[in-house]
Amino acid sequence: MSLLHTIYQFAVGPFQEFAFMRRALVATLALALSSAPLGVMLTLRRMSLFGEALSHAVLPGVAAGFIFFGLSLPALSIGGFLAGVIVVAVAGLISRHTELKEDASLAAVYVVALALGVILISGHGTQLDLLHILFGNVLGVDTEGLLLVAGVSSLSVLLMAGLYRGLLLESFDPTYLAASGARGTLYQQLFLMLVVMNLVASFQTLGTLMAVGLMMLPAVSARLWHDTLPAQLVNSAVQAGLAGYSGLMFSYYASVPSGPVIIVCAGGLYFLSLIFAPRGWLPRILRRPHLRA
Amino acid sequence: MPVAISLENLTVTYRRHPALHHVNGDFEHGSLTAIVGPNGAGKSTLLKSIMGQVRCNSGRVITHAAIGRIAFLPQQAEIDRSFPISVLDCVMLGYWKRAGLFRRISGEMVQRAEDALAAVGLGGFAQRSIASLSVGQFQRVLFARILLQDAELILLDEPFSAIDTKTTNDLLRIVQSWHAEKRTVIAVLHDYEQVRRAFPQTLLLARNVVAWGATEQVLCHENLHRARTMAEAVDDHAPLCAVEVADGVNGVEHA
Repeated sequence: MSLLHTIYQFAVGPFQEFAFMRRALVATLALALSSAPLGVMLTLRRMSLFGEALSHAVLPGVAAGFIFFGLSLPALSIGGFLAGVIVVAVAGLISRHTELKEDASLAAVYVVALALGVILISGHGTQLDLLHILFGNVLGVDTEGLLLVAGVSSLSVLLMAGLYRGLLLESFDPTYLAASGARGTLYQQLFLMLVVMNLVASFQTLGTLMAVGLMMLPAVSARLWHDTLPAQLVNSAVQAGLAGYSGLMFSYYASVPSGPVIIVCAGGLYFLSLIFAPRGWLPRILRRPHLRA
Repeated sequence: MPVAISLENLTVTYRRHPALHHVNGDFEHGSLTAIVGPNGAGKSTLLKSIMGQVRCNSGRVITHAAIGRIAFLPQQAEIDRSFPISVLDCVMLGYWKRAGLFRRISGEMVQRAEDALAAVGLGGFAQRSIASLSVGQFQRVLFARILLQDAELILLDEPFSAIDTKTTNDLLRIVQSWHAEKRTVIAVLHDYEQVRRAFPQTLLLARNVVAWGATEQVLCHENLHRARTMAEAVDDHAPLCAVEVADGVNGVEHA
């Protein structure tokens, strides 16, 4: 009985005791619910590194928000969102009107955006501010931040559900979608906007650099567990949620920064998936006899 | 006969070198046409310009089919076959125009999709993932998808290139049934025997139109010889083309 009580105290206590831990948990779980499935859809488009690029691309907007309005969450978020959307749009325009492919034009545009962001910040802020933006602080989420995360997460999940068929078809067979008279680029741009929104929403909690981790790591490991997309989407969200919870626990008991720990936990789950998942390494070693032709 | 597609002085270039050169003519509604010609003759380019996927340098394509009632099977579909989707779902993408984002797929529609799979010889494959199919089997899945599309205009770019003889004959029968249903079908092909057997109309292309009309007249020795002599390599120092564009209207139009 007392053992059960101890476990309960260990697992739930921090959240019972501290409001900041509760807010951090809700924010992380909300992000897990929307970011990870978006990550799965990114991997389907073979754009796994796209999130990484975008997370850097939002920096000039965040910096501009910081310069004009200080550490105000709405300003930083709107600035980051606009910067991300502009980078996506410019990269899209370039690939449509020149011979460059989407990934090549994005690679070119985002480094320029990143460089501009670093220049802006170094001219106007202290080192500490930069660290705050890059690595976030999930334990400092206030009500405003929580509303932002919850809003973005809800909107993302609703849009993903509503546009599910179109989003899938656009990434599976864009030629077919275009031949059917639908505006394929519309789905693509909407989808990328959701990705930007989720990255921006997680930059306060995880930081711009870490946000990608919660998006991509669970998505990549989910692929190792299931062959069907709905299962992968659910699996990724569950893994991201698990990583969020265990990361917060580690962070609380070991007093280490929460953002990176959450990502390390997601990495741990990825490692386990690599070895034990049906499409991972171990099942390949334990080969079962083949069937009759 | 009403016209399905008119090509008016169509020229498409890649870096100023014409892939299609002043192509004129009509595909009649309900016609079944084979497009033949050597590699680099502009066959795929013609289909892509009908689909509006490449820019016309001059001239224009007028398509008399409603947008969304055109089915296109590209030569190498830009499809990632590791995509986690089942064969049945892939075929049912053919309902996109009717079902859209929200409408329900009824049991009867599922049944028709399974029938379409059986028609291309893939009965029993419905629940498999497309990753488990061979290239030829996947091509047949795309054929089954066209069966559900109810298109009035069907464009096939080398549809049988990875498919065994028996299945090719099955698929040719499907093409014939489309023809019987008065759908306009245009297919890029290489096998002259197949074309003579199954396609009443032929367009012989070598950047320019070499011949266009009834198959037995088009595929005569003399025409084939003329098509073969087309230089495949482009001449970097070719002079400007002397033919002036008459009206200067470019692009793809839906009439």
